Amino acid sequence: MEHLLPIGLNHYLTISAFLLGFGLFAVMTRKNAIVILMGVELILNAANINFLAFSKYNGGMGGVMFSLFVIVIAAAEAAIALAIVINIFKIFKSVDVSSVDTMKE
Amino acid sequence: MFELPSGAEIQSIIATLTANLGSFVPEIYLSVLFMLLIVIDLVAKGKKNNLLSITTLLGLAGSIFFIYQQHFLPAGELFFGMYVLDEFALFFKYFFVLSGMLAVVITMADEQFETEVKSMGEYYALIIAMVIGMIMMASSADLMMIFLSMELVSFSAFILTGYFKRNPRSSEAALKYLVYGAVSSGLMVYGFSLIYGLTAQTNLINISSELSRHGYDPVLMVLATLLVLAGFGYKIGAVPFHFWAPDVYEGAPTPITAYLSVASKAAGFALLMRFFYIAVPHGGPVYEDILGINWVSLLIIISVASMIYGNVVALWQKNVKRLLAYSSIAHAGYILLGIIVMDAFGTQATLFYLLSYFLMNFGAFYVVILIANKTGSENLEDYRGLGKQMPLAGAALTVFLISLVGLPPTLGFIGKLMIFSALLAKGSLYLWLALIGIMTSVISLYYYMLIPLNMYLRESPQSEQKNMNPGLTANIIMALLMALTIYFGLFFQPLSDIAKHSTALFGLKLY
Repeated sequence: MEHLLPIGLNHYLTISAFLLGFGLFAVMTRKNAIVILMGVELILNAANINFLAFSKYNGGMGGVMFSLFVIVIAAAEAAIALAIVINIFKIFKSVDVSSVDTMKE
Repeated sequence: MFELPSGAEIQSIIATLTANLGSFVPEIYLSVLFMLLIVIDLVAKGKKNNLLSITTLLGLAGSIFFIYQQHFLPAGELFFGMYVLDEFALFFKYFFVLSGMLAVVITMADEQFETEVKSMGEYYALIIAMVIGMIMMASSADLMMIFLSMELVSFSAFILTGYFKRNPRSSEAALKYLVYGAVSSGLMVYGFSLIYGLTAQTNLINISSELSRHGYDPVLMVLATLLVLAGFGYKIGAVPFHFWAPDVYEGAPTPITAYLSVASKAAGFALLMRFFYIAVPHGGPVYEDILGINWVSLLIIISVASMIYGNVVALWQKNVKRLLAYSSIAHAGYILLGIIVMDAFGTQATLFYLLSYFLMNFGAFYVVILIANKTGSENLEDYRGLGKQMPLAGAALTVFLISLVGLPPTLGFIGKLMIFSALLAKGSLYLWLALIGIMTSVISLYYYMLIPLNMYLRESPQSEQKNMNPGLTANIIMALLMALTIYFGLFFQPLSDIAKHSTALFGLKLY
């Protein structure tokens, strides 16, 4: 057991970088609007982990406050996003973003 | 780890908050107006829309009084460095309130609202919310305030874009705006978290002093700057982050298109200037060429790409709203040129260009709405022969388009002249940037002039005479905007003085 390192800043940052990568991957490759929004949540939560980790190792409260606000904003964003997606589903009978293209060059 | 504050500390915090409230009056007033509009909508349900729109107009006009009062208050940071009051912020406060008022005026002229939606409900309240958000964007001095105010603007804009709920194009525009907006603001917050990690500060001035005192890891700083730029670039609609712009501008209700393309873009530029002038280090020999790229070169790439892409792709557009969308991407490039110069003259030129863009772009969209009211179309083909049927609208649109190209004797010419002379005043270093700007302006002449070409030199396909007069009020407003565009093109001194006076950020001399 003595081989295991204590959990430090780098572990948090690695997880957050992975989350950012997964989030971006979901946003770029998925066609379903809901999954894209899930990807956005991953990106926001990656930032949250960063803030909390930095706050812990810097000793300030700023990061904790910031992450609280990010959580609240993410909730508001989800509410608006779902309202728009439901409206899209009513009109286009689909939440596939590639099928929603009535405007062409 | 964290100690609870004592009673005396809490008392002093409350005292500071109440002392600072005096400098926050316009925002409080607008918030009250926002709630008042929702209540009026609830009470007067089912009545004619004019009550709401007139209240909004008068309310916004009233806020100018409170903003004027702020000139007499000391400039500086408020609320523990969260917020700032300076001439730069005041300039943008006037700018956003006036553009909110023009958006309301344009909405009242747009007949599409009568067929598409049953009630105007929260429409005007959301316009006020956007004004509040943009005012706070221009006055933020802290990463957290930047994020919160930007999201306030974005969320209101998402709903306004999709306001025609049963219209597929409007809903599609809302979805695209939402997806791009959410991703870019997520990336921006990640960039903020990296900056917080580098400095342990969220206040812009503290970040700057921390970075210059302790130095930083250049790779991480460039990465953070890039991520933050994704958020700002989305707001200003500059090239790698522009994908939403054409579809959103085409699909959104036209008044919202005008509002987004002028006010929301200006708010993005206000943030960009505040962030990059203050927080990100520049100037000293230590900061030059991090890995061969510093943020000025990033902005140069974005600016050149926007000017070329916006102007070239606009050449093929058949829809006038879409054409103006690409032109607004190109204009983001021109405005960025003024920021790249990074001195007092460059800032003055940027602010002046925003003022000129405000008049000519709102004017152009206003005429597009009046024409769409009569013909029911925004296609270039349907503009044929309109110059004879709607003489004033034709003349006004031609003036606004000449101004957008940047030809004399209009305001747009002076704006471009100031930007380019600010570039050249910096020496031959930026000569090629000015050259690219001038050459792309020449390209833009072609597609802007396609509209007057169709209006005056081509015959209308149908010959029957309908009443094409847009009405007295519309004619007066149109003529007023046209007259202002030409008047300030000839006598630009007052506007340029205002812009010069507003270059003081944080009440500091930075250059």
